Amino acid sequence: MAQQDLVTLTIEGVEVSVPKGTMIIEAAKQAGIIIPHYCYHPGLPIAGVCRMCLVEVEGAPKLAIACATDVADGLIVNVFNDDALAARRSVLEFLLINHPLDCPICDQAGECELQDYVFQEGRSGTRYEDYAKRFSPVEDFGGDVLYVPNRCILCTRCVRFMDDVAQEDVLNVSERGDRAFIGIHPDKDLGHEWAGNVVDLCPVGSLISKDFLHKARVWELDKTPSVCTGCSQGCNINVDTRENVVVRLRPRVNLEVNRYFMCDTGRLHYRWMNRGDRIEAPLVSQGGDLTATDWDHALAEAAQLVRGSGGRAIALVSANASNEALFLTKQLLADLEVTAAFRVPRVEGEVPLVGVPGLALREERAANAAGAEALGYKEDFDGALRAANGASLVVVVDDDLNGVSEEQLSGAANLIYLGTLLPDVARRASVVLPIANVVEEDGTLTNRDRRVQRYLQAKAAPGMARPAWWVLSELVRELGRGEVCASAAEVFAALADAEEPFHGMSYDNLGFAGRAMAAAGMSV
Amino acid sequence: MGYPHKPHEKETVVLSEYFGDAEARSYDGWTKRGGYKALKTVLEMGPSDVIEIVKASGLRGRGGAGFPTGLKWSFMPKEKSKPHYLCCNADESEPGTFKDREIMRWTPHALIEGCAIAQYAIQAEITYIYIRGEFTGPLRVMQSALDEAYERGALGPDAMGSGKRLDMYIHRAAGAYICGEETAMMNSIEGRRGNPRIKPPFPAAAGVFGMPTTINNVETLAAVPHIINRGPEWYKSLCLGNERSVGTKLFSVCGHVQRPGNYEVTMGFPLGELIDDMCGGVPSGRTLKACIPGGSSVPILNKEETESCILDYEGCVEKGTMLGSGGVIVFDDSADMVYQVMRLARFYAHESCGQCTQCREGTAWTVRIMERILAGQGEMKDLDLLLDLSHQMTGTTICVLSDSCAAPVESGIKKFRDEFEAYIVGSREPIMAAAG
Amino acid sequence: MTQTTEYTAVFTGTTRKRLDEILTRYPTKRAALLAALWMVQEAHGWISDAAMAETAEVLDLTPSYVKGVVTFYTMYHQHPVGETFVQVCTTTPCDLCGAEGVVQALLEHTGCGELGATSPDGKFTVIEVECLGACGFATPVMMNEDFIEDVTPDKVPDLVKKYS
Repeated sequence: MAQQDLVTLTIEGVEVSVPKGTMIIEAAKQAGIIIPHYCYHPGLPIAGVCRMCLVEVEGAPKLAIACATDVADGLIVNVFNDDALAARRSVLEFLLINHPLDCPICDQAGECELQDYVFQEGRSGTRYEDYAKRFSPVEDFGGDVLYVPNRCILCTRCVRFMDDVAQEDVLNVSERGDRAFIGIHPDKDLGHEWAGNVVDLCPVGSLISKDFLHKARVWELDKTPSVCTGCSQGCNINVDTRENVVVRLRPRVNLEVNRYFMCDTGRLHYRWMNRGDRIEAPLVSQGGDLTATDWDHALAEAAQLVRGSGGRAIALVSANASNEALFLTKQLLADLEVTAAFRVPRVEGEVPLVGVPGLALREERAANAAGAEALGYKEDFDGALRAANGASLVVVVDDDLNGVSEEQLSGAANLIYLGTLLPDVARRASVVLPIANVVEEDGTLTNRDRRVQRYLQAKAAPGMARPAWWVLSELVRELGRGEVCASAAEVFAALADAEEPFHGMSYDNLGFAGRAMAAAGMSV
Repeated sequence: MGYPHKPHEKETVVLSEYFGDAEARSYDGWTKRGGYKALKTVLEMGPSDVIEIVKASGLRGRGGAGFPTGLKWSFMPKEKSKPHYLCCNADESEPGTFKDREIMRWTPHALIEGCAIAQYAIQAEITYIYIRGEFTGPLRVMQSALDEAYERGALGPDAMGSGKRLDMYIHRAAGAYICGEETAMMNSIEGRRGNPRIKPPFPAAAGVFGMPTTINNVETLAAVPHIINRGPEWYKSLCLGNERSVGTKLFSVCGHVQRPGNYEVTMGFPLGELIDDMCGGVPSGRTLKACIPGGSSVPILNKEETESCILDYEGCVEKGTMLGSGGVIVFDDSADMVYQVMRLARFYAHESCGQCTQCREGTAWTVRIMERILAGQGEMKDLDLLLDLSHQMTGTTICVLSDSCAAPVESGIKKFRDEFEAYIVGSREPIMAAAG
Repeated sequence: MTQTTEYTAVFTGTTRKRLDEILTRYPTKRAALLAALWMVQEAHGWISDAAMAETAEVLDLTPSYVKGVVTFYTMYHQHPVGETFVQVCTTTPCDLCGAEGVVQALLEHTGCGELGATSPDGKFTVIEVECLGACGFATPVMMNEDFIEDVTPDKVPDLVKKYS
């Protein structure tokens, strides 16, 4: 940005320079200050109605709302002076006169902006004595959303999201004055694919998730940054777990990928992560039966199979497997004539979030097809499966073998199966190696725009299951083809060294926003 | 004319000259009375010359804010790159005010001509006359006058043969006081909820349909043809000493007076004389107690303040109130000021659009506290609470509806505290049932 | 109250023509919404969900949007009302001049009994409204589209008779 496009102002004594046209509320973030607010949201058009972000701009006749006041050179903004604090304390008091104090049974408690700001700046008692509060019954808004009107503070974030971002006019503000409430289309509901975002956007517990209803107190949750595997978009998410169980997925801000949002399909695509019917120990075939064993034995058996194979080998990998696992699978089979393939489940029809160009629930319902392609895998699962006939070795990495018959695999000399569940056809494997699922390991995925993004382990894997990168790296070492890797980061470092599209990348420089692969020597 | 009464000798009759004269409603009747001459004159001038004349006249907005009209017009882009609009604010809803209604009812062509002149000056093709939905009579009169003006070629694609396009439409409102606020009105014209908009952008930059827009009150626009015909110097000379407030102003007087009605006086006229001489004072046997001089949104004056208040923008400010829309509400000694303040607060609570927190919750809360006091269940600390709420409802919201609720509450408690305390200590019988 | 009869479309024939003419006055279709809703009310006496859906359709809006607008403006009826809809101003100036007595007289003589209720014969609904803008002519009363000034309690019986 050219120098002349920057303006310099002082916020709470801190001088900041921001692009012209920035609102004070955003500029304040640079000074390390979050100005309390409700209606403002960076992903929505400005409404300026909650009046919570009132601040003093020196020289102005009245307090100004930080969300709709442009920065200007030399402005002096006071966020915490007496007048501004009194005004915000008053807004909080006004909001609370009709807001029930049902925090003990409200799912929002603990991540409620009303609770937080009242704690931070509000008055300790109420002066709204003995009056009845507004009451309206809870309403099912459809989709995953319940509306609790009593808690509503009329910030209109939900209405603006549906109107301007989802661009499906389903919600409105009905009536006026203190009788106003959020109304809904008489014949439509919040079944829209992206409607669940209104729950995240709601600053209080007025719009709540049916799926998450009374499931946990949010302060009991552990939050882990991750990437959604529901499709090839690669929306950044947080995985919320409670006692090692995933209870909720929520969008994590990434302005390049999903901004503040995620679709409902992705949001509700988590129950499989908690499945109880997992493979919990390595298995080796003994007289046709799979028998549980320890890792040393299983790895030695698997390495022996690879070592003993010659000629053609087949790798059938999941398009959800990490870049790290796919890279090591290649390493493992480097001496063989390999046909390496993946498949991508497809659902016809993209579902875009109209107001955010480039964001959609994609037809490709897998998270790492672009990574697999970049690493040389072909989307030709059926071809590879045909080639399995007469092959010396088939290695399956995390594909569920759904739709694959016994006959299709019976022509191969040996089968090594790495997976989380044990499908029937995999029972003919010589070795079964239990691996972690995406929320049980660290790794990276490459989205459809060839953006490489990290995800972190959110829960422990069951039993003896280990991350695929660990299993494969142990095998590679066993075969004498490389050093053992102590972490996913080390695997990725090796990958970045070896694979041209990943050159220059590391876990450190990917950070939590990820980086696009170089298209022409450039990276984002 | 002090419609519905005969004009009083102290009136300066300009806008109200033909109130009650049914013939003045027709195109011919109006031209016979000098109508449409000003428009013809103007169409031969440059738009900016018209603005200069209005600037020189000292005319200020009669809707409430008192902003200089010519200056407002001059904010419109000179170089036209997109459509411009004029909106005529005929949403007269301020309790105590009923002057625009009479202008439309009796002299519709005066308003049409004023609109046409303003429209030409700001280079707008279209004027929307935003008339409140309840004004069924004025709506009918205005519509037939408009039809006639089109038929006679005063309006349309070639207004008065000038080659200029001047189109004018009535937009009927549907019951919302807040739509008299200019940005709410623009939303309402666009077919939206009448929520006021945050400013900037100001209407002259991005108004109705996102285009440069000027909004003027009926009375302001109706004065314009007179200024064109008789010159800005004449208008400026209608002055009783304060050169910043000139011209005539219609005052709607209502409440406890013998002859309520519209009275047109020169700016700077004494409020006491208006009430006593023109309106015959309070009913016999009663004494004056209080007065709201500028529509319900302005602070209440007590007897002494009323008797010494000068009716112009600055004179009212001097007494701690505002000239506003010129709606004069008179209270005699029979009025229960506590109840009346509650009644005003209830009006604002009903009319709040509900966008801004302080207004949505504050107006309703204020009513509840007032009702409790009237039910004999108030406490002394409620008065401080009311004052504190009013303080926080002033200057903190998008528009001034919230401030308007606060004004009578603050001034009411300040000036009639003993009446409030009487309910609280129980020396006065409760007049309302206890509410939840 | 629910609609038991089948919905009759409003925007056909001459009403449609009227709407089309109004549409020429504005750069957007949305701007004709208030006028369109007036036409609906004129035709049906109130604005039902079905009517909102029809209005939304002709103006390329959504029923949800239309409902937001309908509920903002107090003159649009969200429920059926009596044949004569009576609005009495009771805001401060009229209150000072005895509007309360006018309200009581109207409730009694129309048989409505209470505010907002429709009389048993279906002829009247009486409501209190905020300022009708005729404070100098207290108490103004609207009988449907007729605006009557200077109503006092003693004038109410004749007034009610006229609209019965």
